[in-house]
Amino acid sequence: MLTLACPLKPVTQHYLAQIHITLRPSVLDPAGTAVQSGLHHLGFEGVDQVRIGKYVELRLTAANTAAAQQQVDQMCDQLLANPVIENYRFEITQLQNMLQQA
Amino acid sequence: MKFGILVFPGSNCDRDAAMVTRDLLHQPTRMVWHEEDDLSDLDVIVIPGGFSYGDYLRCGAIARFSPAMGATVRHAEQGKLVLGICNGFQVLTEVGLLPGALMRNRDLNFICDRVSLRVERTDSPWTHRYQDGQVITLPIAHGEGCYYADEATLAALEEYRQILFRYCTPSGETSEESNPNGSLHHIAGICNRSGNVLGLMPHPERASDPMLGLVDGLNLFAGILSWSTQSSRSVASVM
Repeated sequence: MLTLACPLKPVTQHYLAQIHITLRPSVLDPAGTAVQSGLHHLGFEGVDQVRIGKYVELRLTAANTAAAQQQVDQMCDQLLANPVIENYRFEITQLQNMLQQA
Repeated sequence: MKFGILVFPGSNCDRDAAMVTRDLLHQPTRMVWHEEDDLSDLDVIVIPGGFSYGDYLRCGAIARFSPAMGATVRHAEQGKLVLGICNGFQVLTEVGLLPGALMRNRDLNFICDRVSLRVERTDSPWTHRYQDGQVITLPIAHGEGCYYADEATLAALEEYRQILFRYCTPSGETSEESNPNGSLHHIAGICNRSGNVLGLMPHPERASDPMLGLVDGLNLFAGILSWSTQSSRSVASVM
């Protein structure tokens, strides 16, 4: 039997997605306004336009970076953000191959 | 009419709703666990108040993926009645059966109070037992009841007369002071364009038994029954 000289390239890559979800600019953010008021009370009087959002971090596997981006975009659109009131953006980072780590 | 009350982990107004339909109105009523996916025996589905799935991520966001909600969407698509109260209203917007979204109250506090509401139209299964412009009193209990939609959606809601209840003063005027949570256009409850799906933040089921002090909610539930007995009136024919 032949043995392969080099290991097969894994068909999936591991990625880290860092997702920022923010209220759309047209949507009032009463929590942001309250926090801004608190910051003013602390003496940070130059603070303006405080907006509070969410940060979601997750790991996923995908065939390549483009596929990972497509998946995360769908996750955001279908669940993680509500497009009626929120915008989202994300960064995808390829992680070191898990097989090599092991 | 057979009622089904959805029960999610975290629902807490489910038995209040069943108390009205089963005990006060003597209608067959069953509790529907969120994992059920066949609701074809039901005439009316009620999505009750509470904190489904802990309100994690956003209110109503996770409930939307339950098998029972899939069945509820099919039920609504057949023109059958769906009533979402409080958290149920939030679930209906998340699942897309109603437009817009419910956001954090304008003043950030959880509000537990009685409010005045103006009935905006009476040619619907939900409101035909009220008078046009009648002011009713219902309890509210929510932290995220501020209705938001973009300008185009709000204009369409007005044009198609989908706003059934607005917050108002006891004399029926809308104003910032009488709007408890900052809802745009003072919206407390809306229906879909064909009228068979209603979502509202106030709690009619907590205002149906005279023992509780308020009874203005009972006509909403009783109206569902008397509407259905008038077989010549379909929802679509008047909407």
